[in-house]
Amino acid sequence: MEKQWYTISVYSENHVGLLNRISGIFLKRHINIESLNVSKSEIEGVSKFTIVVFTTEDWTRKIVGQIEKQIEVIKAYYHTDDETIYQESALFKIASHLLFDERQIQNIIKESNAQIVTVNREFFALAKTGRRHEIDEMHDALEPYGIMQFVRSGRIAVTKATMPISEILQEFQEN
Amino acid sequence: METLKAQKKDSKSQKAIRITGAEAIIHCLLAEGVDLIYGYPGGAIMPVYDELYKFQDKLTHILTRHEQGATHAAQGYARVTGKVGVAMATSGPGATNLVTGIADAQIDSTPMVCITGQVTRSLLGSDAFQETDIVGISTPVTKWNYQITKVEEIPEIMAKAFYIAKSGRPGPVLIDITKNAQFDELDFTYEKCTGVRSYKPVPEPDISAIEKAAELINNAKKPYIVFGQGVILGKAEEELKALVEKAGIPAAWTILGLSAMDTDHPLNVGMVGMHGNYGPNMLTNECDVLIAIGMRFDDRVTGDLNTYAKQAKIIHFEIDPAEVNKNVKVDVAVLGNAKETLGQILPMLDKKEHKEWKAEFDKMYQIEYDTLINKDIHPTKEGLTMGEVIEQINVASDQKAVIVSDVGQHQMIACRYAKFKQSKSNITSGGLGTMGFGLPAAIGAKMGAMDREVVAIIGDGGYQMTIQELGVIFQHNVPVKIVVLNNDHLGMVRQWQELFFDRRYASTVMTNPDFVKIAEGYHIKSRRVTERTDLEGAVEEMMASKDPYFLEVKVEKEDNVFPMIPSGASVSDIRLK
Repeated sequence: MEKQWYTISVYSENHVGLLNRISGIFLKRHINIESLNVSKSEIEGVSKFTIVVFTTEDWTRKIVGQIEKQIEVIKAYYHTDDETIYQESALFKIASHLLFDERQIQNIIKESNAQIVTVNREFFALAKTGRRHEIDEMHDALEPYGIMQFVRSGRIAVTKATMPISEILQEFQEN
Repeated sequence: METLKAQKKDSKSQKAIRITGAEAIIHCLLAEGVDLIYGYPGGAIMPVYDELYKFQDKLTHILTRHEQGATHAAQGYARVTGKVGVAMATSGPGATNLVTGIADAQIDSTPMVCITGQVTRSLLGSDAFQETDIVGISTPVTKWNYQITKVEEIPEIMAKAFYIAKSGRPGPVLIDITKNAQFDELDFTYEKCTGVRSYKPVPEPDISAIEKAAELINNAKKPYIVFGQGVILGKAEEELKALVEKAGIPAAWTILGLSAMDTDHPLNVGMVGMHGNYGPNMLTNECDVLIAIGMRFDDRVTGDLNTYAKQAKIIHFEIDPAEVNKNVKVDVAVLGNAKETLGQILPMLDKKEHKEWKAEFDKMYQIEYDTLINKDIHPTKEGLTMGEVIEQINVASDQKAVIVSDVGQHQMIACRYAKFKQSKSNITSGGLGTMGFGLPAAIGAKMGAMDREVVAIIGDGGYQMTIQELGVIFQHNVPVKIVVLNNDHLGMVRQWQELFFDRRYASTVMTNPDFVKIAEGYHIKSRRVTERTDLEGAVEEMMASKDPYFLEVKVEKEDNVFPMIPSGASVSDIRLK
């Protein structure tokens, strides 16, 4: 089976040991987590893990089954890139003198639709939100001038299809 | 604590009592119907042990000689009773010594609650004396675990622990309790847990899947059932028997399914898997509909997946959705508790007999019998065989004993030849293959079924991994019957070395102590048999004993277990020799 990118969305209780349990499921099967984001979800008190993997659908389905089996997991889904709307964020820290010495930097900022978050005498910080390749392009463009620090977030995604967590929670309550 | 909100259905207001966390733990155990626990004290769990002393008339604590023994005893107790087994240990090494038993219970779906002491909350993370991150360590091998650091958490978490351990597909739960939570006081009330938001233990059966399964079975010419422990855990033995008899389907067991159906039932055709029977393995690749009930297609059952039952439509009755399509792609998955789903499908099935198909199993059994079974259980060669010992036990126990086995050749022989009339009678470490399981598990099994004979079948290797538990048998006069089949080797590994490693017997030859003298050291009645002529009398003497009894049988050193599916080969490549 062909490998591709899958976004796994996990709705769960906010339990301290759960991240360990979930990461163990990947570890045990030697499947790398390409990116991981944990945040609150649209439902109060329910957390959402967004996990990106590059593997086969068969493995993704099995992993989702194992994740869903964890006591505190309400529901887990997986989707392809086509089925999701997704973004990543990145921060770049760059020496301030470059802004004046290298005119091209201003063009890069404009063309990539990046935001200047802060500027001081030593450095300035750029924020960029977008697809992975857009961030990579911006990184490659800035790299020759010197990047003091770079960080990129995990993918965050919403799905085109609905994920009816409230209904599932309702069902749990009734049973 | 704000996570995992237990649903409290009937919240009849109990009067709260002001007690310590340690005493609260005892009240929780009593409220859950626990009257027997296995464990080992130590610094971080001492407040609880102090309460155990005060409550000893209500709650019996058995001091095993090693914490691993506590887990296996709790497992043996759980497997024979269907109740939750409880093991207790202190922090650090006490807790880490539980890990093997927890992993064993996880892979064999055994309901168990382990309680560990932990250093006081203020010392967590300071590398304090006997501090270890047992919650982190046990996470991959527990169904659920939790660290209690505040006394108020005790009742709700303990209630959840028991609920989670026994509901749905059972498994082990570990609760780690810091020492401050044991010493502190709370206003104690207890409510049993009846549900946990986010956890659905039993999936809703889908009637259309059941109808589809019924249609496949009704149209099948060569249907074949493989049943596993799900039948026993789901209490579905009667439903399985009714289904098998109505639809006339030959049925085979997995190692953990053994005893779910009378071994002498005419449609019970034997064991599947690496050392299973010839017909059940060969005919897996001949059947047209394979009906898997409460089993998980372990690699020891399937052999090479690419050649496993490819010709057949496969129906999988299963409680755990994550098991469906995990190893074998199935055509129809029937999710739910086997008792419920088998009960639902039964009226939809046509009454049938598949005489010609069944005759194929009989024919293959005859081949296997003539080639090896007869030689195993009625040998004429000089050395004693493991098979004839099991056969003697069948005869002397009238097939009514609980058989607890360890891991290795003797285990495969026991599972091949032991006869059962009653469910929950075969206790063995199937998934994890834990050597050392047998002796402590037999203690737990006996204490869970005092009215039954419990016979532990153990090899000379595994016996020495937990031999210290003879101390429990002696101290509490636990009347288990211990049979060590001694071939002075780690027999199964030696067999593989013989077959696949050109007889290079690396570290499999054992120079053993005098096992009879060791048993005598514990004042356990004992006997050694080296000649066939003494075997029958010795087994009879053992079975007649009211006290614990140790029997060592010196068996042929280099016997092999056959049939055998070589690792990674197809079920139809099973070798008879």
